[in-house]
Amino acid sequence: MNNILNSYFVKTHKLEISITIIGIVLFLIYFFGATHVFTRFPIYRAFMQSMPFFGIIAISATFVVTLGEIDLSFPSIVGITSLTFGMLLTSTDGNFYIAFILATSLGMFAGLINGLLVTKIGIPSIVATIGTLFFWRGLVNVISQGSGIAIVEEADGTWQHAMFVQKLFGKIPAQFIWFIVLTALMQWVYRYHKFGNHIHFVGDNKASAQMMGINVDRVKIIAFVQLGFFSALAGIFTMYEMLYFWPTQGSGLMLTTLAAVFVGGTSVFGGKGTIFGTFIGVLIIGSLESGIVALGLSGFYVQFINGLMITAAVTIYALIQRKKS
Amino acid sequence: MAEELLRLEKIYKNFGNVKVLKDVNMNIKKGEVVALIGDNGAGKSTLIKVITGVHRPNSGKIIFKDKEVTIKSVSQSREMGIEAVYQERALCDQQELYRNIFAGREITNFFGFLNIKKQRKEAEKILRDYIGFTSKAITVDSPIMGLSGGEKQGVAFGRSLYFNSDLIVLDEPTMGLSIQETEKVLNFVRGLKNENKSAIFIDHNIIHVYGAADRFVILDRGEVVGEFNKDEISREELVQKMIELHESGKIEIEA
Repeated sequence: MNNILNSYFVKTHKLEISITIIGIVLFLIYFFGATHVFTRFPIYRAFMQSMPFFGIIAISATFVVTLGEIDLSFPSIVGITSLTFGMLLTSTDGNFYIAFILATSLGMFAGLINGLLVTKIGIPSIVATIGTLFFWRGLVNVISQGSGIAIVEEADGTWQHAMFVQKLFGKIPAQFIWFIVLTALMQWVYRYHKFGNHIHFVGDNKASAQMMGINVDRVKIIAFVQLGFFSALAGIFTMYEMLYFWPTQGSGLMLTTLAAVFVGGTSVFGGKGTIFGTFIGVLIIGSLESGIVALGLSGFYVQFINGLMITAAVTIYALIQRKKS
Repeated sequence: MAEELLRLEKIYKNFGNVKVLKDVNMNIKKGEVVALIGDNGAGKSTLIKVITGVHRPNSGKIIFKDKEVTIKSVSQSREMGIEAVYQERALCDQQELYRNIFAGREITNFFGFLNIKKQRKEAEKILRDYIGFTSKAITVDSPIMGLSGGEKQGVAFGRSLYFNSDLIVLDEPTMGLSIQETEKVLNFVRGLKNENKSAIFIDHNIIHVYGAADRFVILDRGEVVGEFNKDEISREELVQKMIELHESGKIEIEA
């Protein structure tokens, strides 16, 4: 036992191991507390259906958080890009390519603005993105005038619809497969690509990173841009699932998404993080609501237990960190 | 007369209204170690950051290997053969040793993915050949934060040697080191000459500077106010000179 605890893998993966244990314990509680629900498939299908929408953003946001930055504007970027996608899809009689390319480009543009405000103007990211959070949501309201857009005719039954949200073998929602693939890909970039490496160095110590020849501003800007892109992508996924755009789309995503990143073990101080942890964080945060209700507690407990989970998880990480230094 | 490696002509640098460098002229020959001396705020750090591409001068010429150059970035100065050793300040604490060695110039494939295996192998070589780490507690996978000041310095030096540069810029390389570690660092600086490499060396300790450098350039409030070859001046004279200048108000040095 001592041997296992002192092994290299355990030492270097304390965060990942802690979060996995928390996740397993939680699902064991579900399983034994609500056996009748958790021995059947539908609850898992529901999880797989709903988690990817904020999960994709959480994975992407892990890059920004590892920089020691934060982006609060992504819920509104989801809103404005979804609106764009819906308007273009309906006005072009279902031209997916135009709608997809312009919506994701707008997402990247919104990310670029965040990045420029933070790096070139020098506004702290928490402040800059509160500004753009209101800005983009405001624009959604002005353009949509509060009404939604149905894309049933243009989207339902198309191959894109099948690709994004159809159930594989009638059981597994396609978006979950996408989520897994993207997570794996982003994990690879995060740990083994030059860009991911630079994210870690800039988040660790900006001045040192610069002295080592890393273009700090560019790394930050790209991080915000990719989050803009994945916010747009998540919005498009959601629209194919719902076949509808509504003006508040995305606005419920903020806390669940960031909670998943922090519960996952990525440090708010920057320089250290884990994509795998965020993935487990998504499974935890995304399952709480249904899990708690299935356990027989009333819906009023959801926020309470959510808060408990987040506080407990970040406390554990802080203690691990303190022991190290 | 040895060949000239770097020449600075009329370098000016302002930060807003503050004139940090005023008409700085200096040169470095091949195989020469030049010490920059001066008080905090004299502009030493800014000057070397101009050379290493961290800052760009407002005006003035930089001539490197007989060609006028504009140094736009750290990576460009590295490509030219200028390597900075900014003490432990240019290492990132939470990241692994091998990642620190290659940060900013990773060994990657065409798509930008890291060749981790090669980086670790090369880092292993640097640890063994250039730094002489024998401690089993430190491996290429150790995060920097577990290392002592001297070990961090060693990593920074090893890195500069590995990347085979012509000019090594040392920013306060002995600060915060034990006597033994300081001696290692000074030996390293002296050893550069044998390989016909040049160095610019900033240090507050005149004794260290005198032992390792060939020439001394004294900066005060952004200007070069004195320049001596080692054979022109003894250590005592240099110290005396600086005290005199300090008292006359022209130069200030740290006690």
